[in-house]
Amino acid sequence: MNSVNNDIIQSIPFDVDKIRAQFPILNIQVNNKPLVYLDNGASTQKPNSVIETTNFYYSNQYSNIHRGVHKLSQIGTDLYEKTRLNFQHFINATTPSEIIFTKGTTHGINTIAYTYGRKYLQKGDEILISGMEHHSNIVPWQIVCEIYGAILKVVPIEQNGTISLEKFKTLLSPKTKLVAMTYISNSLGTINPIKEIIDLSHQNGSHILVDAAQAIHHLPIDVQELDCDFLVFSGHKMYGPTGTGILYGKEALLDALPPFEGGGDMIKEVRFDKTTFNDLPFKFEAGTPNIAGIIGLNAALDFIKEIGLPQIMAHDKQLLDYCHQQLGEIDGIRFFGTSQEKAGVVSFLINEIHPYDIGVILDNLGIAIRTGHHCTQPVMDFYNIPGTCRASFGIYNTMEEIDVLTNGLKRAVKMLS
Amino acid sequence: MKTIDEIQNEIIGDFEMYSDWADKYEYIIDMGKELKPISGALKIEDNIIKGCQSRVWLIADYENGKLNFQADSDAIITKGLVGMLTKVLSGHSPKEIAESNLFFMEKIGLQEHLSPTRANGLLAMIKQMKTYGLAYMTKEKMI
Repeated sequence: MNSVNNDIIQSIPFDVDKIRAQFPILNIQVNNKPLVYLDNGASTQKPNSVIETTNFYYSNQYSNIHRGVHKLSQIGTDLYEKTRLNFQHFINATTPSEIIFTKGTTHGINTIAYTYGRKYLQKGDEILISGMEHHSNIVPWQIVCEIYGAILKVVPIEQNGTISLEKFKTLLSPKTKLVAMTYISNSLGTINPIKEIIDLSHQNGSHILVDAAQAIHHLPIDVQELDCDFLVFSGHKMYGPTGTGILYGKEALLDALPPFEGGGDMIKEVRFDKTTFNDLPFKFEAGTPNIAGIIGLNAALDFIKEIGLPQIMAHDKQLLDYCHQQLGEIDGIRFFGTSQEKAGVVSFLINEIHPYDIGVILDNLGIAIRTGHHCTQPVMDFYNIPGTCRASFGIYNTMEEIDVLTNGLKRAVKMLS
Repeated sequence: MKTIDEIQNEIIGDFEMYSDWADKYEYIIDMGKELKPISGALKIEDNIIKGCQSRVWLIADYENGKLNFQADSDAIITKGLVGMLTKVLSGHSPKEIAESNLFFMEKIGLQEHLSPTRANGLLAMIKQMKTYGLAYMTKEKMI
C-alpha cells in the first residue's frame, strides 16, 4: 500500500478521527471489510446528534405540530420552527417566511416549476437550464413546458465539464422567463460561476432558481448576496434525515405564486364556495410534514456549523487533490469533469472497463462508490459513455480511504482486464 | 440432456471449491470472456433488455421443440452471469423454461445480482426468458 503523504495529513483542518467517532455506521463491516463510504454525493451518513435528536423527539416529544393547544404540540412546533430560524440565518434569508420545508431538492424544484408555470409561463416562453443538470432539474421543466407550450433551452457543457458564460449569454433571450441552474454538478463536481449567472439572468429580466443540493454543505451560501430568486437543497446530503429539504424563495415572489399542493397546513379557511390560503411559509407546506426529520435536520445544521464551512471546504479540497493524484497513476484512467473550480467529486473510467464491473469488485472490498449515469444521462451522452465510476467525499473521509480506493481499483483492473 | 435442475446443481458444485469471493468472480469473469458475443447486427433495440447500468441483449431461437438462447452484455460480470443463465435454460422445452425454478444464484451467494437496486438487467432477462417459454408453449398448442 502506498503511504499517505504526511504533509497532507498534518494540514487537515480538523481531527477526522473525532468526526468519525460521531458516525456509528463507519464502524460496520461490509462483505467482511471495513466500510469505506465514498458515495456522499448520493447521500451522506448521519452523526449521533441527528440520530439521537430524532430518536429523542419520537421517544419523548412527539405529536402533530401547529394548531395544537396541548404541551407536546407546542414543544414540537417550537422545535420545528427553530429549524426554520436556524436555516434562515445560515443562508441569510430576510425572513423565516422565505424558508419552506420540502421533502428534498426534487420536491422543491417541482414546487416552483408547477406554481411558476401556472403564474407566469405562456406559449413561446423559454426556460434555460444547463447540460449538466440532474434529472430533477430537467424533467419538471420539461413537464411544465409541455403544459404551457414553453420551450426548454440548454446551455451545452464544454469538454472539461464546465459551461461557457459566453454561450450562456447568447442563449438568454427576451423570452427567457426563468433560468434553473445547478451550483455544483453532482456527476462532474464542477462549481459553476453562479453569481455571474444570477446577475446575467437578472440583467436579462429573467428569474433564477439555483439547485444547491451539492453545494449547501460545501460552500457558504448567502442568498441576499447571491440575489438568487429561488434556491433548493436536500437535508439528506448534508448529514440530515431523508425526506427533508429546503426551498428558499424571495418573499414577494413566493407571495405572488399560487399554492402547489392543497390541504393541511396550507389553508386559512375552507368553504365549499371559496377556500383561502395560509400565509408564507405555510402556504407551501401542505399536509403533516416530516416533523421528526426537520427537527433532526436542525441537529445536522448545528453539526456543520460547529465544524465550520471553511474547514469542511479545505478538507474536501485536500481529499480531491490527493484522490486525483493517486488515481492519476492508474494506467488508462480518464477523468470526467476537470474544472479548476471543483468540489469533492471524482468521476472516472478506466480503459474500456464498464463502470458496473468496477462497482461490483469494489463492493466486495467494502468500498462504496456510485456507478452509472448519476441521474445525469445527458452528461453521459455528451461524453458518449454508458456511465462513470464516481467517488464523492464527506466530512469523515480520510486519505487512507483514498489509498484503499486506489488499491481496490488496481485490483479491479487486474481482475477485469 | 441434463435437466435444468441438474445443470444448476453442477454450477453449485463448481462454486463449492471457491471459498473466496475473488475466486468466484474470476470464474464469472472468465465465463463472460468465453461467452460468444452477439454480432453487432443483432444488437438492435428489439433484442435489448435495459438495466439502468449495464445492458443485456437476448435472442431466442425455437427449434425442434427446444428454445435456445444467446445473450450478451456490455459489462463483463453481467455477461458472465448472463452466460450462466443461458447455460442453465438453453436447449430445454418452452414448458420446462417457463416452469423453471432458478435457485443456483442464491446457492452460490450471488443473489445480490438479482436485486432491483443493481439495475443490471438480469432480473428482466430472466423474466424475458420465461416469457419466451410461455409464448412458445402457447404457440405449440396452436400448431
